[in-house]
Amino acid sequence: MTSAIELDHVYKVYRRYGGRQFSTLKSALLQRSIVRSLQPSETFPALTDVSFTVTKGSTYGVMGRNGSGKSTALKLVAGITKPTSGAVRVEGRISALIELGAGFHPEISGRENVFINGIMLGLSKREIQERFDEIVDFAELREFIDAPVKTYSSGMYMRLGFAVAINVNPDVLLVDEVLAVGDEGFTHKCLDKFAEFKRSNKTILLVTHSLNLIERFCDEALWLDEGRAMSHGDPKRVVGAYLTKVEEGEEALLAATTARAVESASRAATGRDVQEGRDGQDGPKGRDGHDRRDGQDGNEQSEHPADPTSNMFQATEGRWGSREVEITDVAFLDRSGQPSFVFHSGDPISVRVKLQAAHPVDDFVFGVGLFNADGVCCYGTNTYLEELNPQRLSGEAEATFVIESLDLVEGTYKVDIAVHKIDGFPYDYHRLLYTFRVKSRIHDVGIYRPRHQWTFSPTVQFKKPLD
Amino acid sequence: MFSNLANLFRYRGLIQSLVARELKARYRGSALGFVWSFVNPLLLLLIYTYVFTAVMPNNTEGVQPYALFMFCGILPWTWFSSSLAESANSLIAGGNLIKKVLFPAEVLPIVSVLTNMVHFFLGLPILIAFLLVYQHYPRPENVLWFPVAVLVQLVFTVALALILSALSVHFRDIKDILANLLTLWFFATPIIYPWFQPSVRKFHTFFDVNPFTHLAVTYQEVLFFNEGPVGHWKWLLGYLGIGSVVLFLAGYWLFDRLRDSFAEAV
Repeated sequence: MTSAIELDHVYKVYRRYGGRQFSTLKSALLQRSIVRSLQPSETFPALTDVSFTVTKGSTYGVMGRNGSGKSTALKLVAGITKPTSGAVRVEGRISALIELGAGFHPEISGRENVFINGIMLGLSKREIQERFDEIVDFAELREFIDAPVKTYSSGMYMRLGFAVAINVNPDVLLVDEVLAVGDEGFTHKCLDKFAEFKRSNKTILLVTHSLNLIERFCDEALWLDEGRAMSHGDPKRVVGAYLTKVEEGEEALLAATTARAVESASRAATGRDVQEGRDGQDGPKGRDGHDRRDGQDGNEQSEHPADPTSNMFQATEGRWGSREVEITDVAFLDRSGQPSFVFHSGDPISVRVKLQAAHPVDDFVFGVGLFNADGVCCYGTNTYLEELNPQRLSGEAEATFVIESLDLVEGTYKVDIAVHKIDGFPYDYHRLLYTFRVKSRIHDVGIYRPRHQWTFSPTVQFKKPLD
Repeated sequence: MFSNLANLFRYRGLIQSLVARELKARYRGSALGFVWSFVNPLLLLLIYTYVFTAVMPNNTEGVQPYALFMFCGILPWTWFSSSLAESANSLIAGGNLIKKVLFPAEVLPIVSVLTNMVHFFLGLPILIAFLLVYQHYPRPENVLWFPVAVLVQLVFTVALALILSALSVHFRDIKDILANLLTLWFFATPIIYPWFQPSVRKFHTFFDVNPFTHLAVTYQEVLFFNEGPVGHWKWLLGYLGIGSVVLFLAGYWLFDRLRDSFAEAV
């Protein structure tokens, strides 16, 4: 078990641009900024104390958000940049698929570029001659190989770059998110080539956003975040840890989005109230126009704001109402009763609404509407439709809408929350102000995922799932 | 530093094919192609001949035919100045290679210098043709000095190219300063006037310090004055030759020192 790549407590610090560094030669010489070391305020840590070892013949995946230092790590391994401190050791010939076709000259033919690119990557002329046919066939460019590269489509360009780089026959292959290149067929060919590399006991370092690829392909994985190694080891475990963190990030983002939406809608509502007097009844009508009149409940009062289905195609968020009863807080609670914004398909979810009544009321209806990102109403109901007769609501109140199993497919959903009179007069109407996300490991389509299972006769057989 | 210098020799295949690529790419798509390398200096020489014989005749004693005299200096100067102008920009232009591929950066300015050297060589047949037309034959034993001058100029130019290319990554102003500086340098060098002109002799210390004086004068003596660098070789080899080697080592040291910053600053 010898190591092919070894990073030992590697730090990489980049200079931060913006604060003008030696802008002129004179100041450089005067301040000696060519030789003096940079102040912390002028630098940006791209990698902080990263250590990992890739054993020879294994495939190692590196993942992380944009800007987490993945590409920097790859460049350090490739030797394009040097670590600020720490050591990088690599055994054997490296080929880096960082940017495909870097160094192609647009004016000269594909054939000549293959030769020059090959020489740049460390092959001799004879070696390229031997591999030339293989390279051209791999790139599927036999017809066009004598055309100038500037006439190539970007796909052709990338394919040729890939074909040269992969045929350098390296001991260590560094791949930076290049599988996005080319069509389905070519991607498969690349993966096959990687598999062939793996079989011939070569080392691959793979930087990718495709967690699927990491799980399927890599023997080990590393997760970088803000230049720090968060976790490394078994790909499944690392991917799991990464996904958890991503969800936390989404939570924070959705929380912020929701808070902003509620705030701006409330501000707009207050502004309008001043303009129109406190004529809440006029608010929704004027605001929502004729769309709202497409009510399906046959109610005479067709601009019934509590009926979410009437707003199917109306995707403007907003808030209106007399505020005699005010919605003070809305939260989505998960299984353990904690507020959350990210749920998994099939999880329970509770929508908890906190209210404040200015004076006791005896005419009130709570309504909930659920919309997907396309603005399609997935579900809508209210307490009146469900034949709950209001009697009294006073002071501080709370209403919770409990869904035992959130049987929705993956996506972002928006929620309407309203409290209004039976005739539709709104006390407080929150239109599409609340957002949550449903995640799922199964990428099924549609909106609703019914609880289901498959059964088969014994004559139908499936392979055991790959592990 | 010295192991990197040794690597430079290993890159000769790469340098060779990059120079070939530059030459091919330069005329790709043009109807005359490589012929331009001959046509350009030819047209230049014809224009000078016309201007200085018909429009404003230059009858300075000792430099007749004047156009030929001037051409002997302009041809190497063109190699020198376009090498520097190109190499100052070479690392920035080749940024893709430096940032994305493990690539020996010093190859780029060297390729700029060598590509222009090939253009210089391609201009030589035109010069020879005009020497024949004017029946102005240089002495064979003097011509032996010609490759020496070329070699000295090559080392000198590469040294400056390395320094300029490395610095202009950090100081982008260099490119613009250089363009003006080269014009000034051109007129401060005895190329379009002979060094034995009294007004030049008066400031001979200044001209002696200017390294390109010795190159220009050597070319003129070898090709035009039939004297050979008699007495001038001390300047050529002593001052400029040794100076260039020292400058090259210093330039390479600077380049090597700044090398790691290229991938980030380009």
